[in-house]
Amino acid sequence: MSVLVFIETEEGKIKKSAREAISYGAALGDVTALALGTVSQDELATAGENGASKVLHVSDERLNASLIQPYAEAIAAAANATGSEIIVTAKSSLADAVVGRVAIKLGASLVSNVVALPDTSNGFQVKRSIYTGKAFANVNLTTDKKVLAIKKNAIEVKTDGAAASVEALSVTLDDSLFGATITSTEKAEGDVLLPEADIVVSGGRGLKGPENWGVIEDLAKTLGAATGCSKPVSDMDWRPHHEHVGQTGVKVSPTLYVAVGISGAIQHLAGVNSSKYIVVINKDEEAPFFKAADYGIVGDAFEVLPKLNEALKAALA
Amino acid sequence: MNILVCITHVPDTTSRIAFTNDNTEFDKNGVQFIIGPYDDYALARAVELKEQNGGKITVLNVGEADSDPTIRKALAIGADEAIRVNAFPSDSYFVANQIAAIAKDGGYDLILMGRESIDFNGGMVHGMVGELLGLPSFSPVMQLEVEGNSAKITREIEGGKEKLEVSLPFVAGCQEPIAEWKIPNMRGIMSARTKPLNVVEPTDNATHSEMAAYELPAEKGAVKMIDADNVGELVDLLKNEAKVI
Ligand SMILES: Cc1cc2nc3c(=O)[nH]c(=O)nc-3n(C[C@H](O)[C@H](O)[C@H](O)COP(=O)(O)OP(=O)(O)OC[C@H]3O[C@@H](n4cnc5c(N)ncnc54)[C@H](O)[C@@H]3O)c2cc1C
Repeated sequence: MSVLVFIETEEGKIKKSAREAISYGAALGDVTALALGTVSQDELATAGENGASKVLHVSDERLNASLIQPYAEAIAAAANATGSEIIVTAKSSLADAVVGRVAIKLGASLVSNVVALPDTSNGFQVKRSIYTGKAFANVNLTTDKKVLAIKKNAIEVKTDGAAASVEALSVTLDDSLFGATITSTEKAEGDVLLPEADIVVSGGRGLKGPENWGVIEDLAKTLGAATGCSKPVSDMDWRPHHEHVGQTGVKVSPTLYVAVGISGAIQHLAGVNSSKYIVVINKDEEAPFFKAADYGIVGDAFEVLPKLNEALKAALA
Repeated sequence: MNILVCITHVPDTTSRIAFTNDNTEFDKNGVQFIIGPYDDYALARAVELKEQNGGKITVLNVGEADSDPTIRKALAIGADEAIRVNAFPSDSYFVANQIAAIAKDGGYDLILMGRESIDFNGGMVHGMVGELLGLPSFSPVMQLEVEGNSAKITREIEGGKEKLEVSLPFVAGCQEPIAEWKIPNMRGIMSARTKPLNVVEPTDNATHSEMAAYELPAEKGAVKMIDADNVGELVDLLKNEAKVI
């Protein structure tokens, strides 16, 4: 079966979630990966390690701005050119905006938040996360073509493949598809991206103010983690909005989530409940977050974090 | 300005999620339904835009009669009229087709909805509607200013945000902080009773998927508490038991 995997890149590198998507695709059939915009051939060839046999590259510079309509057009064109029955991508804010359009263009069914390989013993059934991680649904897809958006950190990255061949693909992209003009981009640089992160250290209102975030940042640095926060923290502008985790913020699914001075309201939990391990540090032993935690410490963040940071540094040295 | 706001009718964020009928149906017992929180933001922004520019807001829901109280709430918040497509919202393809069928001849300058519903978390309907109507679509939209025939929007990107300039009409999947959340006041609630809520039948019933069964995640084991004076034990557990560092 021919599988097309749309891969997102970030500062010239294939994103980890895109490598997960390739690995997912490789379990289903012969994977052609698709990259859009300026990326080096060498970087693209590494998609082979994750299971792509070939990478198609639409290097049109206009695609460096990730505008939704030209992206959808290019992905659908590549799916048609390769005769792919299955189109796979990692779920992300960009992919979410794009794949609905791709599915309509291809007459394909679309499932998002996919957490497992499909069951093809009787048709094509996929498992998706629903109710913000509080349940799963098994869905039968009834069309020939299918688009699957894979939840981050749900699929193990395959690394034993060989380098892939990289081929240029030319797609006609009408100027009218580029109708929106990007006037500015603000981006945290050099940091670990929160939705992609393997470890997240988050702080809540218990940190008392933005001037105290050093203890969170130090711990995150030691762990190679991204930093997150609860909603009131971003509402009060202690931290930027894109760090706000939860029901109405970023949903994360790291292997380790460390929550400091966060009460564990259900709306916060909704964004973190698919973390593999949760550590909670809170001075209130009754904090609801302890019910969702694997490991807990009752204590004052300002005393516990520096000690924990030193102990981690020693252990990781 | 003529704005269409699409809303979902979903279990309150704090609902306990359970299933009945051999795990094939959502258990509505004791569950309170609300306007999807992201849709609520879209509606709130529509009300603000109408205050600035005048115009009309139509809310649209694809759902069965039990959605009506949720739709009335949207009318109380400030929508002028409502349309309910009388059908179970069986999948995103079906819902998007119903929305597009209503929007096609409506002459809407803006079609707003939440970035995703909080029951199925698909985040796919805005793109599908945009494609079906041949309109641009944007999501997740955090800010939206309209001036004449063009708009300035801010969309969230991973690790940041981006500002764009676009022409009307378009479809937007919205999220906070696009507007101040609005709570209906008494006048709104009274007037909502007399605003039109038109129930129409679906145009066709095509779907692209079928629900087989729901599942709940495995129960979590009990939390292991560690003494605050012994952080070394936590490091040891993370390293040797969880193996995450
Ligand atoms: C529709 C809706 C959507 C929402 N979406 C989200 C969302 O996406 N994300 C989100 O986070 N919230 C969301 N919320 C808000 C949520 O309900 C809570 O209000 C919020 O998560 C609380 O944040 P917090 O835990 O940081 O603050 P608080 O509830 O104030 O808790 C602070 C915690 O810090 C502890 N603490 C205080 N001092 C210390 C110290 N020195 N050391 C250690 N611990 C200390 C306290 O014991 C307490 O448990 C939403 C709410 C609604 C209504």
